[in-house]
Amino acid sequence: MTNQDEHKEGIGGMINPRRYGIERVAYLLMRLSGLGLLAYFIGHIYETSSILKGQIGWNEFLELTQTNEGHIILAIVIAMCVFHTVNGIRVMLGQGGVGVGKPARPDYPYIPASQNVRHKMGIYSAIILAAIAMMYGLAVMFGE
Amino acid sequence: MAQIPIITEASTTPSPKVITLRIARYNPQHDSNKKFMEFNIPYERWTTVLEAILEVKKYFDHSVAVRYSCRQATCGSCGMIINGKPRLACFTKISELNSNVVTVEPMNNFPVIRDLAVKFERLFNTHHKVKPYLIHDDSEITTDSKEFLQSPKELEKYIQFSNCIKCGLCNSACPTMATDSLFVGPQALAQAYRYVADSRDKGKDTRLKIIDESHGIWRCHFAGSCSQVCPKGVDPAMGIQLLRGYMLGFRS
Amino acid sequence: MRESIIMKIHYGTALAAVALVAVHILMRLTQGFSESLQYDSVIANYKFLPYAGMLEIILILLSIHGFNGLRVILLELKQGRTYEKAVSYGCVAAMIALITYGTRTIIMVNTGLGMM
Repeated sequence: MTNQDEHKEGIGGMINPRRYGIERVAYLLMRLSGLGLLAYFIGHIYETSSILKGQIGWNEFLELTQTNEGHIILAIVIAMCVFHTVNGIRVMLGQGGVGVGKPARPDYPYIPASQNVRHKMGIYSAIILAAIAMMYGLAVMFGE
Repeated sequence: MAQIPIITEASTTPSPKVITLRIARYNPQHDSNKKFMEFNIPYERWTTVLEAILEVKKYFDHSVAVRYSCRQATCGSCGMIINGKPRLACFTKISELNSNVVTVEPMNNFPVIRDLAVKFERLFNTHHKVKPYLIHDDSEITTDSKEFLQSPKELEKYIQFSNCIKCGLCNSACPTMATDSLFVGPQALAQAYRYVADSRDKGKDTRLKIIDESHGIWRCHFAGSCSQVCPKGVDPAMGIQLLRGYMLGFRS
Repeated sequence: MRESIIMKIHYGTALAAVALVAVHILMRLTQGFSESLQYDSVIANYKFLPYAGMLEIILILLSIHGFNGLRVILLELKQGRTYEKAVSYGCVAAMIALITYGTRTIIMVNTGLGMM
């Protein structure tokens, strides 16, 4: 059965963060930051191997990374790392059933208990902490 | 997508409020693309989207395919995408959409039969897969056996999840269902929890084993869209996370 | 392997990596960011066995967590027996390759073998 036959929303629907509130934004950011961090991690393992080329090789590599672009990329990596960590802990706790509310007889207008303020606060905290860490990183890198 | 000229209801009494109802038309047997037909429909504060669609069927185009039955959010038949979000047409008032244009499309992640009607085979198959019934050694009550007693507190643990009307809105909103054709889906997972949490049921291990596979419960990432669209307050996301709590050792 | 075991490993590696990466970053910051990246400083870090051991553990933890995360995303994007097997084995192969490559750097610098 093709995608059209199944009438699946596809990747466009999966990554669309506009319809279902901050939780869906967090879902998208979690995926993007995960992929970004994996890419950085692979690059980091490769770049640090330049130490095997001795002091000249290491300094050459260091010059490449100690640029404005390099600092900005590293600042984004810091933000992704902090968001992925904080939101990851929230998701992990939620997936264990922590902070998702208790089952009860639902009453109209049926506000879902699992989409509660604790989790929303967790998401906003992750975003704010990521922004602060990124700014701190920029201050450290551009300050030196 | 092709646009078909607007048809206006000229013969009826003028109404103070009129919306443009855009209905997706698609027959997979001979159409290559979805088209939209537009109708101007008068409405009152209490008019539902389903009533507007039925107005179209009655006065403009009887061939519009739509599934409906109870008109009171009990049968779960009229799920569709209304202005971009999955909703029950009978449970959505036009006045609460705050838009002069109401677009209705078939639910995502369900194969289209025609226009707004979709196939439910996958949902019913996954629902059946999680064994949605009580599993108990002595499930047959004999004359000399006791009935299954249950306290109100025990009932509270699952009663919310037994409100599911199998409308499929949760599966339509789920980001994993958008790409994963084999995912069990929030509807079935919430129902798995409904029976696992039932004090009369002894099938916990069997059900946990069924959903512990590569397209099972672990493909839920707690985005919570399923709970946001549920018209009965089932909150599938809560059920799934509580169910996963058993597997992660947070619950026993 | 059952998916629940894989995902428990996924969560476990995440928690352990958070703690160790925090130490790794703190080491950069306490020494001064630029100074800590100087050649002699980096070599000293690698030569210090507990730190080299920690780097190796971080390498393993993040490789497992990262490539399993990638596997999960890829499994959700497309389905099919051949595709899913290719994704699973491909991610394991990439994980092993990255661990091997990183371990080579750590061992060679730590022991001074093959250094220019």
